Amino acid sequence: MLKLQKAKFEIGRDFDRCVGCGVCVNQCANEVHFRDPYDESVCADDIKCVGCQRCVHLCPTGALRVVSFASRTREHGLWTSTVINEIHLQSDSGGILLSGMGHSRPDTVYWDRILLNASQVTNPSIDPLREPMELKTFLGRKPPLNRKNSLDAPEKYPQLELEIPVMFAAMSFGSVSLNVHKSLARAAMSQKTYWNTGEGGLHPEVRAYRDRAIVQVASGRFGVSPEYLEEGACIEIKIGQGAKPGIGGHLPGEKVTGEVARTRKIPPGSDAISPAPHHDIYSIEDLSQLIYSLKEATAYRKPVAVKIAAVHNVAAICSGMARAGADILVIDGYRGGSGATPLRIRNDVGIPVEFALAAVDRRLREEGIRNEVSLVVSGGIRNSADVAKAIALGADAVYIGTAALVALGCHMCQNCYTGKCNWGIATVNPRLARRLNPDIGTLRAENLLRAWKHELAEFLGGMGMNAIESLRGNRLMLRGLGLTERELEILGIKAVGE
Amino acid sequence: MKKMLREGDVRIPAGCAIAALVNLRGLPFAGTRIADCIAVMRERSNGLGGGFAAYGIYPEMKDYYAVHVFFDGIPEKREFEYQLRRHFRVVSTGPIPTRRNDEIHNPPIIWRYFVSPENSLLAEEPVRRQEFMVSFITGVNAASNGAYIVSFGKNMGVFKGVGFPEDIADFFRLDEYRGYLWTAHGRFPTNTPGWWGGAHPFALLETTVIHNGEISSYDANRRFIEMYGYRCSLQTDTEVIAYIFDFLCRRLGMSQEEAALIVAPPLWDELAMMEEETANRITRIRAVFSSLLLNGPFSIVLATPDGIMALNDRLKLRPMVAAENEDFVAVASEEAAIRKILTGINRIWSPRGGEPVWGKVDLTHPEREPLYAGEGGSDDAEAAKSKI
Amino acid sequence: MTAVVRRVEAQDEYCMGCGLCRLACQVAHSAYPLSIVKAMKTGSRPVPRMSVESSADGMSFRSVRCLQCEDPECVKICISGAATRDEETGVVLIDEQKCVGCWSCVIACPEGAIIGPGTGRGKAYKCDLCLEREFPACVAACPNRALILREVEVVESTTREG
Repeated sequence: MLKLQKAKFEIGRDFDRCVGCGVCVNQCANEVHFRDPYDESVCADDIKCVGCQRCVHLCPTGALRVVSFASRTREHGLWTSTVINEIHLQSDSGGILLSGMGHSRPDTVYWDRILLNASQVTNPSIDPLREPMELKTFLGRKPPLNRKNSLDAPEKYPQLELEIPVMFAAMSFGSVSLNVHKSLARAAMSQKTYWNTGEGGLHPEVRAYRDRAIVQVASGRFGVSPEYLEEGACIEIKIGQGAKPGIGGHLPGEKVTGEVARTRKIPPGSDAISPAPHHDIYSIEDLSQLIYSLKEATAYRKPVAVKIAAVHNVAAICSGMARAGADILVIDGYRGGSGATPLRIRNDVGIPVEFALAAVDRRLREEGIRNEVSLVVSGGIRNSADVAKAIALGADAVYIGTAALVALGCHMCQNCYTGKCNWGIATVNPRLARRLNPDIGTLRAENLLRAWKHELAEFLGGMGMNAIESLRGNRLMLRGLGLTERELEILGIKAVGE
Repeated sequence: MKKMLREGDVRIPAGCAIAALVNLRGLPFAGTRIADCIAVMRERSNGLGGGFAAYGIYPEMKDYYAVHVFFDGIPEKREFEYQLRRHFRVVSTGPIPTRRNDEIHNPPIIWRYFVSPENSLLAEEPVRRQEFMVSFITGVNAASNGAYIVSFGKNMGVFKGVGFPEDIADFFRLDEYRGYLWTAHGRFPTNTPGWWGGAHPFALLETTVIHNGEISSYDANRRFIEMYGYRCSLQTDTEVIAYIFDFLCRRLGMSQEEAALIVAPPLWDELAMMEEETANRITRIRAVFSSLLLNGPFSIVLATPDGIMALNDRLKLRPMVAAENEDFVAVASEEAAIRKILTGINRIWSPRGGEPVWGKVDLTHPEREPLYAGEGGSDDAEAAKSKI
Repeated sequence: MTAVVRRVEAQDEYCMGCGLCRLACQVAHSAYPLSIVKAMKTGSRPVPRMSVESSADGMSFRSVRCLQCEDPECVKICISGAATRDEETGVVLIDEQKCVGCWSCVIACPEGAIIGPGTGRGKAYKCDLCLEREFPACVAACPNRALILREVEVVESTTREG
């Protein structure tokens, strides 16, 4: 049968420059490049190319170009090439379209429609090179403020202490390589923030960084044991994920190699299936029971976070989570990434985190409990400006997943689920995983945090502040550009010029 | 022409001059002195707001709440009085005496009441009474129905309006009042709403706040404090600062020192050099109250019947000078203003950022002269009485 | 007596078999060390002085290059005096002019680090540590820091010479 699927990229090779060294051949796990056995020349099979750019970066003579496949279907506003290609793919295979990473449609990115303020004349901007800029943030439950206030019982309110309000999001060992865990864990350690194990257990080799680890408990319960709970600085119950709200996860058996199996505490080669719901959480009171079970198991010495995907009634859900005992609420917007997600769900389920955050922050304030819980958002945080805007909208901190992986070399080819990550990130294949030297990965992740730290300090100083908490929920520092009145109202911000 | 937005409709940044003078033995002195002090800093205001808070000025009415109110017109006054009489017994009422001053234009109707709580429950239970009164005051002011409560407290009052502070002092005949604690404020707003209620000091019960600066953290502070029942109807820094201190000191029962630690905490770097136990305590407080950190330039004077606390932002981005002699503590935006009114200065200094300056009245001081009529019937009390 | 000498240390767990070290080595030892294209496309291909081996399953890799032994077998076995060890730098060198292509050193080397047979040159080649460069070409070219330049202190045995 003729496959209707066509190439997404085409490989351009400048034969004047190509010296036939074969780097492209040995680096492409998709076997795009190959050496022609007849004349030893290097050739390419474009249709296999995922556009990860590995060969382009590694080619020592700059002989390669990977560009979008030029041949398009006739222009049509509705039936675009992408749409047609997806139908062809499904009619070729009969399967659900799978993808990696987050939402891919170019919908409005509301971060880009929100602008930050700066001081002019009436109050001075503060020079971060001359004055201390404080980014320290505490995550965890705070005592209710009443006359008999509980400041004197700190042991009841364990806190996470972050030197930068940016943490590494949950990405399990198995979905990513151990070298990714090592890189992020070490960077979190040195930059004094936190990394998240994801639902895949804590590998012995990253146990050294447990003081900065948030250990995740998700619906598959992979890797969970009393020791695991005890080792983390914080426990995160994952209910949902922005890339795939309402559905579970599936790590195919071929990715469950010895190390992954041991860490997850499952037989090697078995499919690691995380059910869609937690089968012991069918209601908010069930969630409360799990939260308190975990707190009992760890003697109330660790904050418990609950992570959900941003869905329509997120504000009410978050309020319920806070009252159910969650100390940290994590909201993952519809742009959140994943190693594998059905494309339709990724692109069409859930809401942008900007709105979810604004709604939740407002709701918690209306109920007077915003100060008692911490709010962490994730799902498409790309840079320090996004961080600053999220904090001004009301977040305490953010998680970055995709941005962290991009720092480690990810080029967003969105084929994480194949296990053929040429950058050694979303793979446990030892041939590929070794491509990420954790010493380099650590440095790159640290550099990203350092750079954002500098930029956040610049933003704060420009707004006449020297502490991040003064930006938190400070929506007067934001103005909306090109937003409807309703959108502005939900975001709780004024329009530019107002 | 479109009507300009006034405080409460829009947030208006402003620069300012501040001054405070407190007699540590609680001895009263005339308002002329504070007016002379603030007049030195005339160029720090632009004639769009001036005001004074005075403590100890109504000695023989000290058991009653003095209520200073601005009205836009007679119907608004009637409506307010109806509300007032529902909850309070009005002991005395009348206009606040003023003097013609060519620089002062379009004053509202300025009235004064002395009241006591009518409801017996409110009269007996101090916590609930305070709570009720705060909600009464903020309710009237937030409604913006043409009545604005300027101050509402015992043996104290706020006099303010649109004009240079020295003209406001003349207008309100402050030379005729004698108090042991005075604060003054001259305003330089960047907009010209010309509303009398928008002038400073800002008062909540017996606490008054004067402030020079612009709080960059305003909306973070506002959104926090509004969770606890406050409504920042004026949208001014001074208002939110007053609410923060009210919340921390009155509602949560913290000391002003602890409150200062919350609004202007030591830098984390400084904490690292402190004793561990202290550092841990401050860390805990800051972690819980992080949204109440006042960020950006400010110098504030918080006045209560027992004295003043003056505070600069942590980086000292606004000027503030303090001085003391045998009897007085003075605070002002500029040294010249203090030198004008204080002699025999023992110490004059520029306080470090975040380091509170205290001017606490020693109410048990042996040399303290009787303040109130009941205590001995001094001339001051007679003078005060004559104006009521 | 001690001396500081340079050594290339391999972290084979991060070797990804790309072979860029080998290519860089070829170029560095060619007639056009500044241009990969010219070096590789002009005349006969330059000979690399090191190589990369893959495990049988293709899952791991190993860089193979001279360890600059203190008491090198190649020097001991060389029949023409081409292989020598520079006492000052600790580098073992093969003089191309003197080499007669007997391959004794190739057989003697326990690391398999000497290249010669199959190059069509009739001479033995080995790593010279690129002493004239700031970094050996292979180290500079490795994209994953699997090769690291170390300055190590070695104790020179004076007895051997005397």
